[in-house]
Amino acid sequence: MTMPLRKVHPLFKIVNNSLIDMPLPSNISTFWNFGSLLGLCLIIQIATGLFLAMHYTAHIDLAFSSVAHICRDVNYGWLLRTMHANGASFFFICLYIHIGRGIYYGSYMTFHAWMVGVVILFMVMATAFLGYVLPWGQMSFWGATVITNLFSAIPYIGTDLVQWIWGGFSVDNATLTRFFTFHFVLPFIIAAMTIIHIFFLHQSGANNPLGVSSQLDKVPFHPYFTFKDIVGFIVMFTLLLILSLLNPYLLGDPDNFISANPLVTPAHIQPEWYFLFAYAILRSIPNKLGGVIALVASVAIIMILPFTHTSNFRSLTFYPLNQIMFWVLVSVLILLTWIGARPVEEPYVITGQILTITYFSLFIINPLLLMSWDKMLK
Amino acid sequence: MHYTRGHITFSRPGTCIIAKMAAVACRGVRTVLGKSAGTSILTHQSAKFSTLREMATARKAVLAAMGVVGGGAAGLAYALNQSVKASDLELHTVKFPWSHDGVFSSLDHASIRRGYEVYKNVCAACHSMKYIAFRNLVGVSHTEAEAKDEAMGVQIDDGPDDEGMMFKRPGKLSDYFPNPYPNDEAARAANNGALPPDLSYITSARHGGENYIFSLLTGYCDPPAGVTVREGLYYNPYFVGGAIGMAQALYNEVMEYSDGTPATASQMAKDVSVFLKWAAEPEHDDRKRMALKAIMMFSMLFTITYYIKRHKWAVLKSRKIAYKPPQ
Repeated sequence: MTMPLRKVHPLFKIVNNSLIDMPLPSNISTFWNFGSLLGLCLIIQIATGLFLAMHYTAHIDLAFSSVAHICRDVNYGWLLRTMHANGASFFFICLYIHIGRGIYYGSYMTFHAWMVGVVILFMVMATAFLGYVLPWGQMSFWGATVITNLFSAIPYIGTDLVQWIWGGFSVDNATLTRFFTFHFVLPFIIAAMTIIHIFFLHQSGANNPLGVSSQLDKVPFHPYFTFKDIVGFIVMFTLLLILSLLNPYLLGDPDNFISANPLVTPAHIQPEWYFLFAYAILRSIPNKLGGVIALVASVAIIMILPFTHTSNFRSLTFYPLNQIMFWVLVSVLILLTWIGARPVEEPYVITGQILTITYFSLFIINPLLLMSWDKMLK
Repeated sequence: MHYTRGHITFSRPGTCIIAKMAAVACRGVRTVLGKSAGTSILTHQSAKFSTLREMATARKAVLAAMGVVGGGAAGLAYALNQSVKASDLELHTVKFPWSHDGVFSSLDHASIRRGYEVYKNVCAACHSMKYIAFRNLVGVSHTEAEAKDEAMGVQIDDGPDDEGMMFKRPGKLSDYFPNPYPNDEAARAANNGALPPDLSYITSARHGGENYIFSLLTGYCDPPAGVTVREGLYYNPYFVGGAIGMAQALYNEVMEYSDGTPATASQMAKDVSVFLKWAAEPEHDDRKRMALKAIMMFSMLFTITYYIKRHKWAVLKSRKIAYKPPQ
């Protein structure tokens, strides 16, 4: 019997095994769309970023003007720019939903895929941070100054490390050029890491909402999930276009329309919305080193999930109390995002501190609740 | 384990994990998913997954309580936010009903033209617009000939010439609006140390955008009792800190519009705000037009692809899975 070319060709069969014949659980919900949507986000960011890079100049005297030039003089440059900026927001929306789905349905039990995923998360965050510096507006400059200064909290080597990152004694031209370099190269590394992420995922196959074995009822990727993903692509792309075309600066900061000025500090320095929860946690700790550790821990803490999973079932589908805890976690993250955008004054400071404690506590309470629920069911 | 998928029926011996899972789930929700093959599974599923009407009273109460608590918390956070905002020293701008506010509304181009006249006659004495060229006016507020005339009305530094000397020449379409000061230091020296900001991005660079610009331009008043303003500064409650280096610039009839519109202070403030909005977002009209096209196009694409997706999934979604216990 002759096998179809897609199954035997050494190159095509890779595509076939990932996008055509790959068996997937029949019951995975729309929350499983966000993996492919993240792929689309990465493609959009790389594509728009490449065109922007053709016109951008990474020099402190020219960066702001070159972005103005892109928006004003380059054909559809304003669209490239707003798609790229808002594309970053969509990237994080998809990332957070993708991670949230992983937490809810216990996808972190696919250990290697989860760990590589967390590394990708950190890399995407780094890329977004580096990219935000490039327009060289006030918030770019001061955001870069605040965040890079966090490294100075590291004992003994902190100051040297910060100056090494800066390439000088302050955020300056050397910083901008290297930030551009890394902002350009990181997405390609992320793409490579994504392939590794998918490779590990395919070792065990996709999880499903019930959290039971996915082997029982599977359907091929094509046509079921190709068409489902295409619908997802169109919905997300439409939303991205609507935001970029109708209110492109909704999620931006007005201060970034002012060229960077090291002599004038903005009244409120804050990162983009997708970092606000971590920024709020950072500001909640009065000690600088403690704040930096809490900041890193706020993201890295999801690495402990595979180790704290002690329950009988994989997903939260059969744990109603943990479902409530999950939505409390989501609410806390939303509130932390709100606090991160507020000035450092009461009552926001104490609210942020309470929310920070609640956030970290939930990662301890959850496994305990899972265990107690299992005991109750026995 | 027996499966019926549309016209395809197949069976898989061995594990009964789904049955066990269903039994566990049944204990909790009191449904009988795995009870017998003869019972309509779909009826049970619809009962389990369906709606508020089918929900247990206790569950309804818990959801209602969570809704109330969630709504209350959001309301509290909003009230907290507003109360802290209200303790600020400066006034927050009101949102005005701009004609370009509509989702698909374009800028008022007659207003842009009048706003340009306000900028040229009033603002340009102190404020630069270094990212705006005369060519940008063509097709927006002026014809090409008019824009050329506007450009020729200014003297532009150029050079060096063949003898290495700088010289002045009449402006061309490709020239950018001239800076009123040779450098920032000169601008500061002429304005009591305050640097008049470049206006190219001013509506994007201020919270409130054109609302803020309008409020600021029309908001000059005497300082309230107890507030003293340093010599050379002026009181304006919309400016951060209340004391601004710019004196009130717009008064009734301070200039005349070429189209005969009465040049009241508020009219000029409105027109220059619209002009500055255009200057900050020259793509404003294009992007809204493109949005309309994109929405129409992607709505159709969504409808088609969603239909195909549903079509492809129909067999899978309408299949029945029956559990037959081993004999």
